[in-house]
Amino acid sequence: MKAAVIVFPGSNCDRDLAVAFERAGFDVSMVWHKDADLPEGVDIVGVPGGFSYGDYLRCGAIAAQSPIVKAVKAHTDRGGYAMGICNGFQILTETGILPGALLRNAGLKYICRTVGLKVATSDSAFTEGYNAGDVIGIPIAHHDGNYFADGDTVAMLHDQDRVAFTYDQNPNGSIADIAGVLSENRRVLGMMPHPERAADDGHGGTDGVALFRALAGVLTPA
Amino acid sequence: MKARVHVMLKHGVLDPQGEAVRHALGAMGFDKVEGVRQGKVIDLQLAEGASEADVTAMCEKLLANTVIESYSIEMQG
Repeated sequence: MKAAVIVFPGSNCDRDLAVAFERAGFDVSMVWHKDADLPEGVDIVGVPGGFSYGDYLRCGAIAAQSPIVKAVKAHTDRGGYAMGICNGFQILTETGILPGALLRNAGLKYICRTVGLKVATSDSAFTEGYNAGDVIGIPIAHHDGNYFADGDTVAMLHDQDRVAFTYDQNPNGSIADIAGVLSENRRVLGMMPHPERAADDGHGGTDGVALFRALAGVLTPA
Repeated sequence: MKARVHVMLKHGVLDPQGEAVRHALGAMGFDKVEGVRQGKVIDLQLAEGASEADVTAMCEKLLANTVIESYSIEMQG
Protein backbone atom coordinates (compact mmCIF):
# COMPACT_ATOMS: atom_id res chain seq x y z
CA MET A 1 0.00 0.00 0.00
CA LYS A 2 1.85 3.03 -1.28
CA ALA A 3 1.27 6.74 -0.86
CA ALA A 4 3.15 9.54 -2.58
CA VAL A 5 3.26 13.03 -1.09
CA ILE A 6 4.14 15.81 -3.52
CA VAL A 7 6.60 18.47 -2.35
CA PHE A 8 6.55 21.92 -3.94
CA PRO A 9 8.75 24.86 -3.06
CA GLY A 10 6.67 26.36 -0.25
CA SER A 11 4.86 23.19 0.86
CA ASN A 12 4.78 23.07 4.65
CA CYS A 13 2.35 20.27 5.53
CA ASP A 14 4.09 17.59 3.47
CA ARG A 15 5.81 15.89 6.40
CA ASP A 16 2.71 15.97 8.61
CA LEU A 17 0.73 14.35 5.80
CA ALA A 18 3.44 11.72 5.31
CA VAL A 19 3.33 10.84 9.05
CA ALA A 20 -0.47 10.53 8.97
CA PHE A 21 -0.23 8.16 5.97
CA GLU A 22 2.58 6.15 7.60
CA ARG A 23 0.66 5.67 10.83
CA ALA A 24 -2.28 4.34 8.83
CA GLY A 25 0.06 1.74 7.33
CA PHE A 26 1.17 3.28 4.02
CA ASP A 27 4.69 3.21 2.62
CA VAL A 28 5.24 6.87 1.78
CA SER A 29 7.49 8.40 -0.88
CA MET A 30 8.09 12.11 -1.03
CA VAL A 31 8.02 13.27 -4.66
CA TRP A 32 9.62 16.52 -5.82
CA HIS A 33 7.53 18.78 -8.05
CA LYS A 34 10.06 18.65 -10.90
CA ASP A 35 9.79 14.87 -11.21
CA ALA A 36 7.76 13.87 -14.23
CA ASP A 37 6.60 10.52 -12.87
CA LEU A 38 5.03 9.11 -9.74
CA PRO A 39 6.78 6.11 -8.15
CA GLU A 40 5.67 2.76 -9.54
CA GLY A 41 2.52 1.31 -7.99
CA VAL A 42 1.33 4.35 -6.04
CA ASP A 43 -2.18 3.81 -4.61
CA ILE A 44 -2.84 7.35 -3.43
CA VAL A 45 -1.27 10.73 -4.06
CA GLY A 46 -1.35 13.38 -1.34
CA VAL A 47 -1.09 17.01 -2.40
CA PRO A 48 -0.18 18.85 0.79
CA GLY A 49 -0.89 22.25 2.23
CA GLY A 50 1.46 25.19 2.19
CA PHE A 51 2.22 28.09 -0.10
CA SER A 52 3.46 26.49 -3.30
CA TYR A 53 5.37 29.04 -5.40
CA GLY A 54 4.52 31.70 -2.82
CA ASP A 55 0.87 31.74 -3.95
CA TYR A 56 2.02 33.90 -6.88
CA LEU A 57 -0.63 34.78 -9.48
CA ARG A 58 -3.32 32.71 -7.67
CA CYS A 59 -3.01 30.08 -4.95
CA GLY A 60 -2.03 26.83 -6.66
CA ALA A 61 -1.95 28.27 -10.19
CA ILE A 62 1.75 27.81 -10.85
CA ALA A 63 1.94 24.46 -9.04
CA ALA A 64 -0.88 23.21 -11.25
CA GLN A 65 1.47 23.58 -14.25
CA SER A 66 4.39 21.67 -12.71
CA PRO A 67 5.64 18.41 -14.25
CA ILE A 68 4.50 16.20 -11.36
CA VAL A 69 0.96 17.55 -11.45
CA LYS A 70 0.65 16.32 -15.04
CA ALA A 71 1.54 12.88 -13.68
CA VAL A 72 -1.02 13.30 -10.88
CA LYS A 73 -3.66 14.22 -13.48
CA ALA A 74 -2.77 11.11 -15.51
CA HIS A 75 -3.05 9.05 -12.29
CA THR A 76 -6.52 10.41 -11.45
CA ASP A 77 -7.62 10.11 -15.10
CA ARG A 78 -6.79 6.39 -14.81
CA GLY A 79 -9.03 6.18 -11.73
CA GLY A 80 -6.25 6.54 -9.15
CA TYR A 81 -6.91 7.96 -5.69
CA ALA A 82 -5.71 11.39 -4.62
CA MET A 83 -6.36 13.90 -1.89
CA GLY A 84 -5.51 17.58 -1.77
CA ILE A 85 -5.52 19.42 1.53
CA CYS A 86 -5.62 23.22 1.80
CA ASN A 87 -3.14 24.42 -0.84
CA GLY A 88 -3.43 20.92 -2.29
CA PHE A 89 -7.18 21.48 -2.73
CA GLN A 90 -6.44 24.80 -4.45
CA ILE A 91 -4.03 23.02 -6.79
CA LEU A 92 -6.56 20.28 -7.63
CA THR A 93 -9.19 22.89 -8.53
CA GLU A 94 -6.66 24.83 -10.64
CA THR A 95 -5.95 21.67 -12.65
CA GLY A 96 -9.66 21.05 -13.15
CA ILE A 97 -9.41 17.65 -11.40
CA LEU A 98 -11.98 19.02 -8.92
CA PRO A 99 -14.66 21.63 -9.70
CA GLY A 100 -14.85 25.16 -8.32
CA ALA A 101 -12.21 27.54 -7.00
CA LEU A 102 -10.99 28.96 -3.70
CA LEU A 103 -11.35 32.70 -3.17
CA ARG A 104 -10.01 35.05 -0.51
CA ASN A 105 -11.81 34.51 2.83
CA ALA A 106 -14.92 36.69 3.04
CA GLY A 107 -13.58 38.35 6.21
CA LEU A 108 -10.21 38.96 4.48
CA LYS A 109 -8.30 37.51 7.44
CA TYR A 110 -6.10 34.46 7.64
CA ILE A 111 -7.90 32.04 9.96
CA CYS A 112 -6.05 29.43 12.02
CA ARG A 113 -8.20 27.48 14.47
CA THR A 114 -10.05 24.23 14.95
CA VAL A 115 -13.53 24.22 13.44
CA GLY A 116 -16.53 21.93 13.60
CA LEU A 117 -16.65 20.00 10.36
CA LYS A 118 -19.78 18.14 9.41
CA VAL A 119 -19.37 14.90 7.50
CA ALA A 120 -21.78 15.37 4.58
CA THR A 121 -21.44 11.87 3.13
CA SER A 122 -19.91 8.63 4.38
CA ASP A 123 -19.99 7.26 0.83
CA SER A 124 -16.30 7.51 -0.10
CA ALA A 125 -13.03 5.83 0.77
CA PHE A 126 -12.11 8.98 2.69
CA THR A 127 -15.23 9.38 4.78
CA GLU A 128 -16.55 5.88 5.36
CA GLY A 129 -14.96 5.83 8.82
CA TYR A 130 -17.46 8.50 9.88
CA ASN A 131 -21.23 8.65 9.91
CA ALA A 132 -22.94 11.26 7.76
CA GLY A 133 -23.92 14.07 10.11
CA ASP A 134 -20.98 13.55 12.50
CA VAL A 135 -19.33 16.82 13.53
CA ILE A 136 -15.58 16.44 13.95
CA GLY A 137 -12.97 18.91 15.14
CA ILE A 138 -10.37 19.64 12.45
CA PRO A 139 -8.04 22.65 12.19
CA ILE A 140 -8.19 25.14 9.36
CA ALA A 141 -5.30 27.45 8.47
CA HIS A 142 -5.95 29.50 5.36
CA HIS A 143 -6.40 32.92 3.82
CA ASP A 144 -8.01 31.70 0.62
CA GLY A 145 -10.46 28.99 1.60
CA ASN A 146 -13.69 30.54 0.43
CA TYR A 147 -15.05 27.83 -1.86
CA PHE A 148 -16.86 29.09 -4.93
CA ALA A 149 -18.64 27.31 -7.75
CA ASP A 150 -21.50 28.49 -9.93
CA GLY A 151 -25.06 27.56 -9.03
CA ASP A 152 -25.27 24.69 -11.53
CA THR A 153 -22.05 23.17 -10.21
CA VAL A 154 -23.16 23.42 -6.58
CA ALA A 155 -26.50 21.80 -7.49
CA MET A 156 -24.62 19.02 -9.31
CA LEU A 157 -22.36 18.44 -6.29
CA HIS A 158 -25.41 18.12 -4.07
CA ASP A 159 -27.31 15.91 -6.55
CA GLN A 160 -24.35 13.55 -6.89
CA ASP A 161 -23.65 13.53 -3.13
CA ARG A 162 -20.15 14.88 -3.81
CA VAL A 163 -19.92 17.35 -0.92
CA ALA A 164 -17.65 15.49 1.52
CA PHE A 165 -17.59 18.01 4.37
CA THR A 166 -19.36 21.24 5.31
CA TYR A 167 -18.53 23.78 7.99
CA ASP A 168 -20.76 23.65 11.04
CA GLN A 169 -20.27 27.42 11.34
CA ASN A 170 -19.01 28.88 8.09
CA PRO A 171 -15.71 30.67 8.85
CA ASN A 172 -14.76 31.93 5.40
CA GLY A 173 -17.81 32.59 3.22
CA SER A 174 -17.70 29.29 1.32
CA ILE A 175 -20.76 28.77 -0.84
CA ALA A 176 -23.23 26.31 0.74
CA ASP A 177 -20.75 25.95 3.67
CA ILE A 178 -18.67 23.59 1.52
CA ALA A 179 -15.33 22.57 3.06
CA GLY A 180 -14.48 19.57 0.89
CA VAL A 181 -15.62 17.95 -2.36
CA LEU A 182 -15.23 14.63 -4.16
CA SER A 183 -14.55 13.89 -7.81
CA GLU A 184 -17.24 12.25 -9.90
CA ASN A 185 -15.75 8.77 -9.31
CA ARG A 186 -15.40 9.63 -5.57
CA ARG A 187 -11.68 8.76 -5.62
CA VAL A 188 -10.34 12.31 -5.37
CA LEU A 189 -10.99 14.45 -2.31
CA GLY A 190 -10.14 18.12 -1.89
CA MET A 191 -10.65 19.84 1.45
CA MET A 192 -9.47 23.05 3.10
CA PRO A 193 -9.32 21.73 6.72
CA HIS A 194 -6.27 19.70 7.81
CA PRO A 195 -7.08 16.14 8.95
CA GLU A 196 -3.31 15.46 9.18
CA ARG A 197 -3.16 18.08 11.95
CA ALA A 198 -5.73 16.16 14.01
CA ALA A 199 -3.97 12.81 13.88
CA ASP A 200 -1.94 12.60 17.10
CA ASP A 201 -2.71 13.13 20.80
CA GLY A 202 -0.10 15.88 20.74
CA HIS A 203 -2.18 17.76 18.19
CA GLY A 204 -4.95 18.26 20.71
CA GLY A 205 -7.37 16.11 18.73
CA THR A 206 -7.43 12.91 16.70
CA ASP A 207 -10.62 13.26 14.68
CA GLY A 208 -8.62 13.13 11.44
CA VAL A 209 -7.29 9.62 12.06
CA ALA A 210 -10.47 7.88 10.88
CA LEU A 211 -10.00 9.39 7.41
CA PHE A 212 -6.53 7.87 6.93
CA ARG A 213 -7.59 4.56 8.47
CA ALA A 214 -10.63 4.28 6.22
CA LEU A 215 -8.46 4.99 3.21
CA ALA A 216 -5.98 2.33 4.30
CA GLY A 217 -8.86 -0.10 4.72
CA VAL A 218 -10.07 0.47 1.17
CA LEU A 219 -6.60 0.38 -0.39
CA THR A 220 -5.24 -2.65 1.47
CA PRO A 221 -4.60 -5.38 -1.10
CA ALA A 222 -7.09 -8.21 -0.66
CA MET B 1 5.53 44.11 -29.05
CA LYS B 2 3.48 44.21 -25.90
CA ALA B 3 0.18 43.01 -24.59
CA ARG B 4 -1.70 44.08 -21.49
CA VAL B 5 -4.04 41.60 -19.84
CA HIS B 6 -6.72 42.69 -17.40
CA VAL B 7 -8.02 39.99 -15.06
CA MET B 8 -11.15 40.65 -12.99
CA LEU B 9 -13.37 38.50 -10.81
CA LYS B 10 -16.54 37.70 -12.73
CA HIS B 11 -19.75 39.51 -11.96
CA GLY B 12 -21.57 37.61 -9.28
CA VAL B 13 -18.36 36.48 -7.58
CA LEU B 14 -17.97 38.33 -4.29
CA ASP B 15 -14.79 40.44 -4.20
CA PRO B 16 -13.99 40.84 -0.48
CA GLN B 17 -10.92 43.01 -1.20
CA GLY B 18 -12.92 45.38 -3.37
CA GLU B 19 -15.56 45.55 -0.63
CA ALA B 20 -12.89 46.41 1.97
CA VAL B 21 -11.58 49.19 -0.26
CA ARG B 22 -15.12 50.51 -0.73
CA HIS B 23 -15.65 50.56 3.04
CA ALA B 24 -12.37 52.36 3.59
CA LEU B 25 -13.18 54.99 0.96
CA GLY B 26 -16.58 55.52 2.58
CA ALA B 27 -14.98 55.91 6.00
CA MET B 28 -12.60 58.52 4.54
CA GLY B 29 -15.53 60.60 3.40
CA PHE B 30 -15.61 59.59 -0.28
CA ASP B 31 -19.35 59.09 -0.10
CA LYS B 32 -20.03 58.80 -3.82
CA VAL B 33 -18.39 55.38 -4.23
CA GLU B 34 -21.07 52.77 -4.85
CA GLY B 35 -18.90 49.79 -5.63
CA VAL B 36 -15.26 48.72 -5.99
CA ARG B 37 -13.92 45.71 -7.87
CA GLN B 38 -10.23 44.95 -7.63
CA GLY B 39 -8.36 43.11 -10.38
CA LYS B 40 -4.95 42.52 -11.86
CA VAL B 41 -3.04 43.98 -14.77
CA ILE B 42 -0.39 41.79 -16.37
CA ASP B 43 1.98 43.30 -18.94
CA LEU B 44 3.59 40.90 -21.37
CA GLN B 45 6.66 41.71 -23.44
CA LEU B 46 6.30 39.57 -26.56
CA ALA B 47 8.60 38.52 -29.37
CA GLU B 48 7.76 39.61 -32.91
CA GLY B 49 5.08 37.47 -34.47
CA ALA B 50 3.19 36.71 -31.26
CA SER B 51 -0.54 36.93 -31.84
CA GLU B 52 -3.57 37.77 -29.79
CA ALA B 53 -4.51 34.10 -30.10
CA ASP B 54 -1.28 33.23 -28.26
CA VAL B 55 -2.18 35.60 -25.44
CA THR B 56 -5.71 34.19 -25.30
CA ALA B 57 -4.22 30.71 -24.85
CA MET B 58 -2.01 32.05 -22.02
CA CYS B 59 -5.07 33.55 -20.32
CA GLU B 60 -7.09 30.37 -20.64
CA LYS B 61 -4.29 28.12 -19.40
CA LEU B 62 -2.65 30.19 -16.68
CA LEU B 63 -3.19 33.93 -16.36
CA ALA B 64 -6.89 33.71 -15.48
CA ASN B 65 -8.93 31.05 -13.72
CA THR B 66 -12.04 31.16 -15.84
CA VAL B 67 -14.11 29.50 -13.12
CA ILE B 68 -14.00 32.79 -11.20
CA GLU B 69 -12.26 35.35 -13.41
CA SER B 70 -12.81 37.08 -16.73
CA TYR B 71 -10.03 38.65 -18.76
CA SER B 72 -9.52 41.13 -21.56
CA ILE B 73 -6.50 41.62 -23.79
CA GLU B 74 -5.06 44.82 -25.26
CA MET B 75 -2.44 44.24 -27.96
CA GLN B 76 -0.08 47.24 -27.95
CA GLY B 77 1.84 47.37 -31.25
